[in-house]
Amino acid sequence: MNHPYLEVTGLKKSYGFKPILRGIDLSVEPGQCMALLGANGAGKTTLLRILAALTSPGTGTVRIGGFDLAHDAQQARRLVGFVAHQPYLYDELTALENLLFFGRMYSVRRCKERASVLLERVGLVKRAGERTSALSRGQAQRLALTRALLHEPLLLLLDEPDTGLDEEGIALLETLLQEHRQAGGAVLLTTHHLERALQWSERIGLLSGGRLTYQSETGGLEAGSVREVYQEALR
Amino acid sequence: MALAKHQPDVEQRDTGHTSKRKDARFPYISLLLGLLSFTGMLVSIWMIFLYAPLDAVQGEPQRIFYFHVPMAWLGMLGFGVVAAAGIGYLITKDERWDWAARASAELGAIFITLARVTVSIWGETIWGTWWTWDARLTTTLILWFIYISYLMLRSYLGRTPSSARAGAVLAIVGIIDVPIIYESVNWWRTLHPAQQVGVAGALPPSVVLTLMISLASFTLFYTFLMIQLYQLQRLQTLAQRLRAHLM
Amino acid sequence: MTFLEQVLAILWKDIRCELRSKQTWMGMALFALLVLVIFNFAFDLRVDNKAAIAPGALWVAVVFASLLGLGRTIAAESEKGLMDRLLLCPVDRKAIYLAKLLGNLLFIGVVELVALPVFAALFNVPLFAGSLLPIVLLGTLGIASVGTLFSAIASATQARELLLPLLIFPLIVPVVIGAVRATGALMVPAANEPPWLGLITAFDVIFLSISMLTFEFVIEE
Repeated sequence: MNHPYLEVTGLKKSYGFKPILRGIDLSVEPGQCMALLGANGAGKTTLLRILAALTSPGTGTVRIGGFDLAHDAQQARRLVGFVAHQPYLYDELTALENLLFFGRMYSVRRCKERASVLLERVGLVKRAGERTSALSRGQAQRLALTRALLHEPLLLLLDEPDTGLDEEGIALLETLLQEHRQAGGAVLLTTHHLERALQWSERIGLLSGGRLTYQSETGGLEAGSVREVYQEALR
Repeated sequence: MALAKHQPDVEQRDTGHTSKRKDARFPYISLLLGLLSFTGMLVSIWMIFLYAPLDAVQGEPQRIFYFHVPMAWLGMLGFGVVAAAGIGYLITKDERWDWAARASAELGAIFITLARVTVSIWGETIWGTWWTWDARLTTTLILWFIYISYLMLRSYLGRTPSSARAGAVLAIVGIIDVPIIYESVNWWRTLHPAQQVGVAGALPPSVVLTLMISLASFTLFYTFLMIQLYQLQRLQTLAQRLRAHLM
Repeated sequence: MTFLEQVLAILWKDIRCELRSKQTWMGMALFALLVLVIFNFAFDLRVDNKAAIAPGALWVAVVFASLLGLGRTIAAESEKGLMDRLLLCPVDRKAIYLAKLLGNLLFIGVVELVALPVFAALFNVPLFAGSLLPIVLLGTLGIASVGTLFSAIASATQARELLLPLLIFPLIVPVVIGAVRATGALMVPAANEPPWLGLITAFDVIFLSISMLTFEFVIEE
């Protein structure tokens, strides 16, 4: 497939009168992973929310799997899995019930099987019958990951997925992302961790003041050279 | 008068249009409408007080009728415009429709308040009561409440797209509801006959003429004011945007 | 998943979440008790012309109960990001509306379940034989259909508990008039009574459709 799974052109967004995103252009190909870095408040979360079709794009175009978010948001939503700061799970339901519910919402076929497989994969099988409110932060994060992967999305969006996970969790995350990309999926994640970003992704971008002040392939990039630019942006 | 001819440099392209050309036309139309409505109002007032016949039963106070009817009509029209502009906004997401909606909401609210006040005064002089549960009156009262709730809602939600959407939905529900409200109160009233507000029987042509002229000039006045308030909304939005850009 | 299945799935999820939340059980039990006590006093009308006032009393009670039921939805949704979980999914927004509406109706229905038998007993109105139930059902549906839409709107504001009645009351006037008159006609049949039930049904159909169609504009950012 030649089309990039994610194509953002000239995206601008203001909340009320405050501009948050001032013109973003990026694209992610199938099988690719792109990491976005930036200070808090630079607009990372807003960008991801727009890509997840939770917030409408201001001006500009966003295409996911060929679908324009301005017109075909519902089709685009089917193709996106979003792991945000909040787990987007129902506290009063059990882990399994959560997955079954979201499976229904996404019209996932043979949902029970798929849910069991995923729970096994992230090591939450024993906790499947427990209420989500009883899970630890790390476990909830893993459950959120399964929720995002449940409907086999083309594009995975992750907002600082490494915070709140222990070593084991991070290793698991890395493996899952690899598998997703090997199957042809695309990944866009935000993180504060420069080394991890360089390790995991093919493209890296720096979001500062609502703009992508730096974008490049990571192949052959030295952590040191990027670090300076990164520190500058954080100031 | 907000006959805006100057465009600030930072004109956010959220609308995707340059409104420079279009708005530049407004000053001329505005001027024309202003003159027309001014003349119309003068003619109306002359007709109302000097031309229209003195009512045999009610005497001088009956002349309030010529003011009340156009005001009530504009209250209704105003809300219709809010609803139409709301639909326009929902379809195009262009904020200019919202400016029109807010402008008409303010205008319409004023007219409907005046309509209520004038009819109360009229009622007081004729029957000695400030209020009667006539179908039209009650409907204008409820419409007044809907206006107030619209203005309060917009005020609470601010100048955001979600505020505009919420207002549009309220206006759409409201405008469809108004005829239903009128009918239900009408049915209810047939069981509790109350004094009818209005002029009973056939109206002599001079009365009809005065009324028509009055309606026309008030409507012209409304249109003129609409343009001013629209420009005001536009300038307020641009000013706030400019301020936010600079911070 | 068909549209209907989605509605039921969301409704079932909402019910389960409500029932498992300890606050709800306590709250509902106390609430039902309170309603019983208050309605007892409200309907204890030592007036000669009971029949004239009773329908009004009943419908004031229903509106009151509806506002409380709608207010509970507001309180739940006013936490930021609560709807996001649903909005993330490609589920039809109309289905979300219907599920919320049914949830509200259930809650209000529980309260009415307490109030109606009291009313029917005190005023000798047949609960099942006559058309009391349809009137109450259709009337509540009218209030709830508009109420569900506007509780979504009001939940984004600060003074939501004040704004919701302000938004809803003017709009539900036809339902209240119709329902009170129809209930009154049950107790004291009058000749030449306008078709109130028809009016309420028309209102329900119209505003259910409008609310369903405009809901997505209101909940999406």
